[in-house]
Parts: sequence; structure tokens; C-alpha cells
Amino acid sequence: MAVMTYREALNLALREEMHRDPKVFVIGEEVGLYEGAYKVTQGLLKEFGPRRIVDTPIAESGFAGVGIGAAMTGLRPVVEMMTFNFALLALDQIVNTAAKMNYMSGGQYNIPIVVRGPGGPAHQLAAQHSQSMEVYFYHVPGLKVVRPSTPADAKGLLKSAIRDDNPVIFIESETLYAIKGEVPDDPEFTIPLGEAIVRREGTDVTVIAYMGMMYRAMEAAEQLEKEGISVEIVDPRTLRPMDERTIVGSVRKTHRAVVVEAGAGFAGMGSEISAFITERAFDDLDAPVERVTGANAPMPYARNLEKLKTPTKEKIVDAVRRVCNVNGS
Amino acid sequence: MAQKTAKAAPAPGVDAAMAKKLLHEMMLIRRFEEKAAENYALGKIGGFLHLSIGEEAVAAGVTSQLRQDDYAISTYREHGHCLAKGSDPRRAMAELFGRIDGLSKGKGGSMHLFDKSVNFLGGHAIVGSHLPLAAGVGFKIKYEGGDQVCVCYFGDGAVPEGEFHEALNLSSLWKLPVIFVCENNRYAMGTSLERALAQTEIYKFGQTYNIPSEPVDGMDVLAIREATGRAVARARKDKTPTLLEARTYRFRGHSMRDPAGAVYRTKEEVEKEKLRDPIVLFRDRAVGAGVLSDEDVEAIEKDVNDIIDDAVAFADASPEPPAEELFTDIYKD
Repeated sequence: MAVMTYREALNLALREEMHRDPKVFVIGEEVGLYEGAYKVTQGLLKEFGPRRIVDTPIAESGFAGVGIGAAMTGLRPVVEMMTFNFALLALDQIVNTAAKMNYMSGGQYNIPIVVRGPGGPAHQLAAQHSQSMEVYFYHVPGLKVVRPSTPADAKGLLKSAIRDDNPVIFIESETLYAIKGEVPDDPEFTIPLGEAIVRREGTDVTVIAYMGMMYRAMEAAEQLEKEGISVEIVDPRTLRPMDERTIVGSVRKTHRAVVVEAGAGFAGMGSEISAFITERAFDDLDAPVERVTGANAPMPYARNLEKLKTPTKEKIVDAVRRVCNVNGS
Repeated sequence: MAQKTAKAAPAPGVDAAMAKKLLHEMMLIRRFEEKAAENYALGKIGGFLHLSIGEEAVAAGVTSQLRQDDYAISTYREHGHCLAKGSDPRRAMAELFGRIDGLSKGKGGSMHLFDKSVNFLGGHAIVGSHLPLAAGVGFKIKYEGGDQVCVCYFGDGAVPEGEFHEALNLSSLWKLPVIFVCENNRYAMGTSLERALAQTEIYKFGQTYNIPSEPVDGMDVLAIREATGRAVARARKDKTPTLLEARTYRFRGHSMRDPAGAVYRTKEEVEKEKLRDPIVLFRDRAVGAGVLSDEDVEAIEKDVNDIIDDAVAFADASPEPPAEELFTDIYKD
């Protein structure tokens, strides 16, 4: 085990996979000479050269399409979106082309591509640069969608994403790049896509949360423990395919569920998780499933409004108390 | 001074075998689409059906310069490109019928013909979306040090799309062996060139992006063949991309839902263009030059009719895809 940042873990995953498989290459804006807008690709141009670390002009649809065309014919591209907000310019390529190619071709042309980059609320970046982007992708059959919360997950899941034969949307977080954690050294360490993890065991309520919200839920759990409420936290890690089994299993044990998501709540990830918990574990529930979501508003710039928009530890604590039928202090 | 146009002999290098091949290819595509239209009217084919009748010279002429291991990628008006690349007409027709023996097991339909066995990378039905893919195929060829080329067919309707410009820019910037073939049939659905483009001389966009480009008579299969030959040589030699603007015309409507295709163009215009039918032009030229005989032409016609009759029978006899096909191929395991 080595302690490294989330950013370093991603970098290591890319390097290991590029050494393992000559068909893997990285393409995107500022990935080479600039070494990545967020330095995830630091040192890669020097190590692998411009044939495999490909700087592009600002043309998201164009270079996403280049990745898909290369993937159709046998390469394994890792396409970096400088931020996932820009991936909307390539949404047609991802949704209409990458996701559906294997199906429309009757299984002839699969697309082994990873589209990765940071997404989600950041600090005072305002409406166009601070938003949860996974919602635009996890609805689509044919895509896999990953949101890794820890350095070890970042490494293990990115390696699995690169080895996967399907298009994988891999959304990191600007706010997590600098966090540190233990990461296995083994270059064959991978984490299968579609497996949730119980981050914290508890008996009274299951909180489902990922990325920054998972850390807030952990803080909430520590506070609630002092109040005598035992919180179990499940991190889905992969949003599609979703590990419903682990989540439902946890709810069957605790009989209560709170789903936390950073994005606006309307038709969000929390809606889907709440729905399958209710469908599959209704008789096990002692209270309705609660959602704690971002406000249904664009992200404002002003610091005070930004805080109002985003789920906080306090909001999570309140929701847990409600499902546990405990009045707040 | 010798007359340049009357009874011009087929271009150098076009012997009887090549002439037969070109005529056979064009007539096969024509017959395939005529029969597809019939079966659409009978309700055997559904959805959108876009015919390329009138445009066959492009597919036949371009493909005559390709190797089996070269790639081709296209739009939703791609029956001809797919057949010319070498696909089995039976499996292509079965795909239009939505049957299990179709190229995509009936899950793609007319707009999404794919055939990996002949490197045909599909029919793509979001206008402009496959041009960057073609650049990606060129990228792959270069990445692996190959000498194949990728031909990318698209209509004039794709030219105002951003992806046309992104793909041309990237292909030129990175020197990718892609041959962009614009089938300029003068109408994007019902919108004429003049109503869509500030620059209607489409080949000139190649100059903007430092790509060799030329306009070519899209009704003249030999002219297409020659221009493609130059483009393929450049691409194989030093990965230079090319933009060809094939000036052609679609005799039918945009799709079977636009049968007359006459709201946005005059009947006189259509009738006038039909006088330049690429099949008739080439047939007369080849027969006139003595490269093909009338008997050759009759034999080709019979062969083509037999092939397509067989394709329709095959498609009609093929079962519908079983219910479990709904959930297969969403992901590759």
C-alpha cells in the first residue's frame, strides 16, 4: 500500500494501463504539453510521446468522435474532458454513437472507450462549471457510469474502465483530486464495475452517497453516532450498472434509507435509488425513503447562495433524524 | 480539335472487366433500392427509407479504387456504399426487412447497415456525426502504421454542421488518411444548397483546411473513379486527406415519406437531371466505345435482377429476431 492523492492514483492507473496495452492512448485538451488542466496526465507526454498522448484543439465533439472511430477499429482510447461540463458538446457522440453502436450493429462494433474528467459541484465556479453531470449519461442503455470517491477506487475503477469493452463515463471531482488515501501497489489491482461498497457499517439507517457527498455523509454519521444513531453508508461507486443488491441488502438490515446527491433532485440519481429501494424492499422499510439533494436551481456564484444550493452535513443529519423519527436538538 | 465529350472512350485502365464491374455495381444498387421501395410500399420495410437512386456512380466509382481492408463509413443513405464495399445483398435486404439474418440481426434497419466482414463502419443517422469517426479511423490507421484509407460519405446537408469542420480540421492538422466524399445532391431534405450554405462550392472548404479537394461530376462514374484514385494514392503515400465534392442528384424524394420530392424543386429540374442518369451515361459510353456489348449489358441486367430477387426472397423468408434479442448487444460481455 502506498499513500497517494486521488490525482496521483488516476495518473498511475493511466500509466500502468498504457504500459500493459499498447492500444491504450490518451486524447484531449491540454493532456500533453500542459500536462492536464488538473495535472492528471502529468508526465505522460514525456513517458509515452505524442503518438499516445494526443493534444487536441477545442473540439469536444470532434475528438470524442475520433476516439469512437479509433475504438470501432480496435484501439482503446481514454478521452479526457477538461471538465465534464464540456462533454455536453460531445453528448451526441457519446449517447447516439458510442452507446448504441454495439446494439445497432447487432454486436459487430463495440466501443471500448473511456471518457473521463472532473465533474460535480466545485468551489464558486458558477452555473456552467459546477454541476453534477452524471445525470446526462446514466439514463442511457449502452453506457457505464462510474463515480469514484477515494484514491483506491479512482485507480481500481479507472483500470477496470480502460479494460472494459464498452463505453465508460468516468467522472472525477475537482474537489477530490488532492485527497490522500492508501492505494494498493499491485498493477493488477482492479475494482469491478458495478460493485458498491459499504463505507461504514451501522444498524439504524442506510445512507447512500458518493463522491463529496459520501464524505459529508461520513461527517454526519459521526455526529449522529454521538446522538445514538448508527448510520451505515453505502457508496455505489458505479451508477450504471447499479449494485442494487448491496444497497437493498443494507436497507433490509437497517429498515431506513436516506439518499444523498449533489445534483438537483428532480429526476436525479436519488429518484432512481429511492424507487428501486421502495420497489424491492417496501415491506422492510420502517419509514419513507428520504432524499437530500442539491436545490432545483442552477449553481450560483455567491458563496452564501452556493452553500444553500448544496447538500450540507446538517441537511443529511436532519434527514436521518426524520427517518429515525428523532426530533432534532 | 477533337470533340471532348462525344463518344469519349472509357478512361485509361478501364478494361472490359472493370467496365462490367462498374456497371454491375451501379445496376445492383439501383435494383436493390427499386425493390426496397416496392417492399416498403408493401409494408415489409418500415421506418425511414432513403434511396440513393441517381447517385450510384459515387459508391461504385469510389469503391472501385479501394482494397478489401480499406474502410468506409456513411450516412443513413448508405445502401449503395454498403453493397459496393462488398456486403451480401441478401443480408442487407434482410436488415431492411428487420429480420434475424440481417447484417445487424434486424436491430439497425435501413439507416444502420454495418458489416465488419467488409470494413463497412455503418450507416449513421445523425447528420455530421460520423465525420469525426472517420478521422478516428484514420487516426487508428496511422497509429498502427497501416496504409489503408477510410472513405467517409456524407451529403451536402452535413456541411453546415460543426462536425464537418471539426473533422476536416483534425484530419488536416494530424494528416489522417481519410477521403471525405461529399455527395452533393443539392438538397438537404428540402433545403437547397443556396438556402443552407454561405459557400455553395463545397470543395472550397478543403482549401480552407489545407486539404486537397476537387469538384467532380457525380454522374460520371469514371470521373469519380479517377478523382478517388488520386485521393487514395495521396492517402496511402503520405496520409494526406482529401475532400471530393461529387455533384450528383437524387431522382427520388428525401425518403419514402417524400415520394415526389417536388415541393422544393421543380418537376422540370428533376426530369432534366434524369437525362443524366449515371447508369445510362456509362452504359452508352462503354457500349459506344466497344468496351461492352449489348449482350454484356443484358447479361449484367439479368444477373442483377436474379441477385436482388434472391435477396428479397431470402429476406422475406428470414425469421423476425427472437424476443431475447431486445436485450442482447446492449453491452459487450
